Amino acid sequence: MDALDQLVKTFFDWEAMAAVLPNMIMFGLPNTLILAGSSGVLGCILGMFLAVMGTSRITALRWLSRIYTDVFRGVPAIVIILLIGLGLGPVVRVTTGSTNPFPLAIFALTLMAAAYIGEIFRSGIQSVEKGQLEASRALGFSYGSSMRLVVIPQGIRRVLPALVNQFIALIKDSSLIYLLGLIASQREIFRIGNDAAANTGNLSPLVAAAFMYLILTVPLTHLVNYIDNRLRTGRPEKRQPDDAAALIGKGAQP
Amino acid sequence: MSEFASGSLTGKNLHLSFGSNHVLRGIDLHVEKGTTASVIGPSGSGKSTLLRVMNRLIEPDQGDILLDGRSVLKDNPDELRQRIGMVFQQFNLFPHKTVVDNVSLALRKLRKLPAEQAQAEALEQLDLVGLKHKADARPANLSGGQQQRVAIARALAMKPEVMFFDEATSALDPELVKGVLALMADLAKGGMTMVVVTHEMGFSRNVSDTVTFMDAGVVVESGPPEQIFTSPETGRLQGFLADVL
Repeated sequence: MDALDQLVKTFFDWEAMAAVLPNMIMFGLPNTLILAGSSGVLGCILGMFLAVMGTSRITALRWLSRIYTDVFRGVPAIVIILLIGLGLGPVVRVTTGSTNPFPLAIFALTLMAAAYIGEIFRSGIQSVEKGQLEASRALGFSYGSSMRLVVIPQGIRRVLPALVNQFIALIKDSSLIYLLGLIASQREIFRIGNDAAANTGNLSPLVAAAFMYLILTVPLTHLVNYIDNRLRTGRPEKRQPDDAAALIGKGAQP
Repeated sequence: MSEFASGSLTGKNLHLSFGSNHVLRGIDLHVEKGTTASVIGPSGSGKSTLLRVMNRLIEPDQGDILLDGRSVLKDNPDELRQRIGMVFQQFNLFPHKTVVDNVSLALRKLRKLPAEQAQAEALEQLDLVGLKHKADARPANLSGGQQQRVAIARALAMKPEVMFFDEATSALDPELVKGVLALMADLAKGGMTMVVVTHEMGFSRNVSDTVTFMDAGVVVESGPPEQIFTSPETGRLQGFLADVL
């Protein structure tokens, strides 16, 4: 039984978890949310540009979007964060005097997220029937207005589940910011757990960090399922009798 | 007696190719103000393409388009299309918007009407097609016939000078066809200039003022319905009528 006790102690030392909890909630949680939230929003904006470029009739724009996506989707997040954080860090320090790694981490996460989100939006936009664009253009809307008012809103709706998945990935990838060096108040969930684990030689704080991530991500995965389900069945396609058809001749008279 | 501010429409020597596929080979079509021209012909003859070229959804390679006697090829195509309403085989209502928003969208965004006024005008159009009570429904919850009538209301809301119907009843269940055809006949009687691409020979014969028979990208025969249907001159039209009637 010693071995089992040892394992329980290593992973589920409640005292070690409780000790790290205040820091997790005070600093870790908000910092993780700031990183994932802002890069998620910025990634959506940049991703939408990429998607519109990717579906453009102009070949050069399509290629630009293609190349960007291939590069930033094909390189590991850790490489992008290190290159951006360590590469641009000194420049930022010299020009602004700031040593806060958050802006550069958010920038790196945004660049990476945009590549994925751009692909998600593009697939959504391209899944909208051609007749929608045609009908909108036939009403007199320009290509841009048609995309903005008719095609893109429908495309986004269809890919909401994939978008939430991407946000879950961002929450997890935000942990990589620890590589850029953080002062105490800048630490996010993983770093707080990792520091405590290193100081005590016990892995329970890391398990606590895992729980914190699950508290964030599990509701989101269920949100995905809910949205997915609603998109599929939420609007009943109930056929109704064409009750007004008989009146139509009369109704249309002046 | 016309209740619409309709105008005449003329296509002159219209040509269009997709690559080596010569879809339109010099089409001439003239529709007098307030009259209805139906366009019939086998599938693939270029009828639907002709409509899309006449409102410049597709730009013609050659030829001219005159609205009320004036060439519109140099105009902004978006402005031209605001003057020509179009109804599609697949309705193409915007599924993410309510019925009334489908009708008021162009009024708000293109005519720049205030929201309440656009809403009121949209409801008026819906009333005209007998669907005011469905104003807040989603298109998906309507029958095909109802959806098509909303699509007609959406096009009419822009007060177009000409209306295009691209096989407007082909996707409908047989029992729903009548309501839509009756509405189209009412518009024709009301003095709307209409170009109707159709497989409904009854409508073509009884409602339209002229009938144009197209085959393989050319106008083979055109004239008043009696002439086309009772004494077709060409073998191609005779064969087509024998197949469909």
